[in-house]
Amino acid sequence: MSQKTEPILQMEAIEISFGGLKALDKVSLQVYPGEIMAIIGPNGAGKTTLLNVINGVYTPDNGRIFFDGKERPLKIKPHHVAAMGISRTFQNLALFKGMDTWSNIMVGRTKKMHAGFFSQGIYWGMSQKEEIEHREAVEGIIDFLEIENIRKQPAGMLPYGLQKRVELGRALASEPKLLLLDEPMAGMNLEEKEDIARFILDANEEIGYTIALIEHDMGVVMDICDRIVVLDFGNKIAEGTPDEIKSNPKVIKAYLGEAEGGGE
Amino acid sequence: MNESDKTFPHILLDNAQKYGDRRPAIREKGYGIWQSFTWQDYLDQVKDLALGLASLGFQRGDKMAIIGDNRPHLYWGMAASQCLGGVPVPLYQDAIEKELYYILDHSEAKFALAEDQEQSDKLLALKKEIPRLEYIIYNDPKGMRNYDEPFLLRYSHVQELGRKFGKENPDYFMNEINKGRPDDVAIICYTSGTTGNPKGVMLLQEAVIEAAKGFTGFDGLTEDEEIMAYLPMAWIGDHAFCYAQALVTGYTINCPEKTSTVVHDTREIGPTYVFAPPRIWENWLTQVMIKMEDAAWIKRKMFHFFMNVAGKVEKLRMGHASVPVGLNVLYQLGRFLVYGPLLDNLGMRRVRVAYTAGEAIGPELFEFFRSLGVNLKQLYGMTESMAYISLQKDGDIDPETVGTPAPGVDIKITDRGEVTYKGPGNFAGYYKNPEATKETLIDGYIQSGDAGYITERGHLKIIDRAKDVSKLTNGTLFAPKYIENKLKFSPFIKEAVAHGMNMDYVAAFIDIDYGAVGNWAERRHIAYTSYTDLAQKPEVYDLINNEILRVNKSLSQDNQLKEAQIKRFLLLHKELDPDDGEITRTRKVRRGFVAEKYGALIDALYTSQESVEVDATVTYEDGRTATMKANLKIENAENF
Repeated sequence: MSQKTEPILQMEAIEISFGGLKALDKVSLQVYPGEIMAIIGPNGAGKTTLLNVINGVYTPDNGRIFFDGKERPLKIKPHHVAAMGISRTFQNLALFKGMDTWSNIMVGRTKKMHAGFFSQGIYWGMSQKEEIEHREAVEGIIDFLEIENIRKQPAGMLPYGLQKRVELGRALASEPKLLLLDEPMAGMNLEEKEDIARFILDANEEIGYTIALIEHDMGVVMDICDRIVVLDFGNKIAEGTPDEIKSNPKVIKAYLGEAEGGGE
Repeated sequence: MNESDKTFPHILLDNAQKYGDRRPAIREKGYGIWQSFTWQDYLDQVKDLALGLASLGFQRGDKMAIIGDNRPHLYWGMAASQCLGGVPVPLYQDAIEKELYYILDHSEAKFALAEDQEQSDKLLALKKEIPRLEYIIYNDPKGMRNYDEPFLLRYSHVQELGRKFGKENPDYFMNEINKGRPDDVAIICYTSGTTGNPKGVMLLQEAVIEAAKGFTGFDGLTEDEEIMAYLPMAWIGDHAFCYAQALVTGYTINCPEKTSTVVHDTREIGPTYVFAPPRIWENWLTQVMIKMEDAAWIKRKMFHFFMNVAGKVEKLRMGHASVPVGLNVLYQLGRFLVYGPLLDNLGMRRVRVAYTAGEAIGPELFEFFRSLGVNLKQLYGMTESMAYISLQKDGDIDPETVGTPAPGVDIKITDRGEVTYKGPGNFAGYYKNPEATKETLIDGYIQSGDAGYITERGHLKIIDRAKDVSKLTNGTLFAPKYIENKLKFSPFIKEAVAHGMNMDYVAAFIDIDYGAVGNWAERRHIAYTSYTDLAQKPEVYDLINNEILRVNKSLSQDNQLKEAQIKRFLLLHKELDPDDGEITRTRKVRRGFVAEKYGALIDALYTSQESVEVDATVTYEDGRTATMKANLKIENAENF
């Protein structure tokens, strides 16, 4: 992963305010193909807002966004962003609780289904071929995430750590060009964190996914990420490799605080 | 070629010719679908792998360690090494490095076949200490992208090498198979051993084949049987049922997707032939009981009523008495309403023959499944006999015995009461351990180490390990396992250890079944935080005390054992675990070790103390250790 290649996602001077509060202030960042990038920062730094801007939930006031070499309008529907190849998971789980694991993951394939209602109904021709293809993909993900034993269990009845895994599975199912993970390890115990970290690394190294994630566990971030962007009160205060970030005085200040405090 | 000169590779060739692509030999569930491999596929896979091994320098007599869950590729690995005149050495997949080290080193394995990254990692760590191990072959490439050791090869890559090698040496495969003799060593199975280091049991081709033929002839098995391959491949039972008998008879084995999906996968297959040690039958029973407790009251009532009917019917059937018409009508109704749906849920509706072995089974547990209509039978076998000593015959079942000698087996009881036997499946000796061989194999008879006798009906009854049978100070016979098995029939008790040798009375350690007791506690709104916490709840003590009363009642009806009722007991703070060395991988209690480790607890059972402090080390799966402290209550149980 060299910095010279074209970024898959480029954000230039993004600004967004909620009422009088500037949630993001001229934030620019790039995500390069094949990397795992982390967005970190103290609470309220604007991390989730940034993800929401990327996938179209929020419309920024100013700035430009380029995805996959093309400029993207600032105002866009989230499902159009998904169709462009960006999928995400949520900080608070957003699974269909009554549906089983398998179906939840299959939902991630929706954008890839083309057969019509009628031909799907009679399971014939292209829809048959498509069905086989999608089932294969979903089973591949189930195998990848090692959740064979919960294939047929309603997602709402699964323990939290497994629900997170299913959600990751659903995001993978759309075979995104860019995968956004909002705190994939929040609320997990050490073992569950290690599992998820391994799946994220495998998804990146074995399948080749580009991943941008938000995470609070610094140990994990430093271990698995190639590059880190640090936000504080809506500003990007640092960017670099884990080693650079660790020794950056601004980052230390943001995390440990300083007597004067306050935002800009 | 003469039938008696055949080895497993010959039988495989025969099967491929006879069934070709028409019959499945192995099914494996992958990606949610059962994938079938026919006998022709079986042969092709074995051939490519064998030739690949040959191209890497596999010689006749070389050992190949095999480790992983039941996978077609691992069974093919066994056959492939046999084709080249080599010897497969299956290892327990959950063994930790320390245990593997001994066997890998002792067996002088030159090749190792691993299922996945988890097993490869263990082997890679050991390879540094065991330079004799030349190649490690792995099947599942997941997570293996960053491994670049030159001696670490992917299964499919070895097969590719094999295809190339086969083009250059077209006769090699057949030549090597034809060099095979019936007196070649077919497999070395390491016995987990309740004492000392494991011993490598060498079984010859003819012994494995003859024992398998004995089995399949005895029960009239055909190529139409379906069996689940889910027990550790290192266990002789799996080798007998899923390799030897499958090849000899040509039936289909089914490898589940994951250990955690066995129950579901079994239901999909609906096996006709089932083999499971008592602890698995126990698990199934526990599952049924838990689910019944959660069921609607009408279902629960129906279940208990009809199980009562079934129990009565089974008692009559076993005693060869006729079943009264009224009872029979109820039983048939029960089949429709309860037994059938229940068996269907367990995936056992199509079972023709089912065996339990490995340990004595509680009579109540045994009768439960039989009364449902499962033809469950006991067999008595050992690794040293290819699991072939005695079998229960259809229509001649006594739950207290292990049946009559299997065809071709001669059983003698020594003056000391030890069971000895000679049969077609007898082993050739322990690998590199002539002293142990000499002690075990005397005049062709294997000293089983089990105490037992032949009943009037000609059945063999096993009481306990010969060395474990002892007496209380009042002279009553004390057979710990007999008592423990009675305890373990309770769905709430997972393990039990009875003490009493040269003592005034019998006392016991109880390990609760975390799942079953946890479920019971939740339904009663008893809050708990951990296994230790749950085990020490007064309500749980009451629950277990009731179970002990049941056992004491049953013991009081036996003239020989009525003085050996349990007087005092305690619930352990942790589950007995093979990683801590307390039980073997096949879940047999290592009494000496337990007595030493928990000496203070045993002493406390023989005082009037009401509780005892425990301070024990636990070993985690990765080999780390930790100490835990707990205060264990001791309670008295009523005697009859």
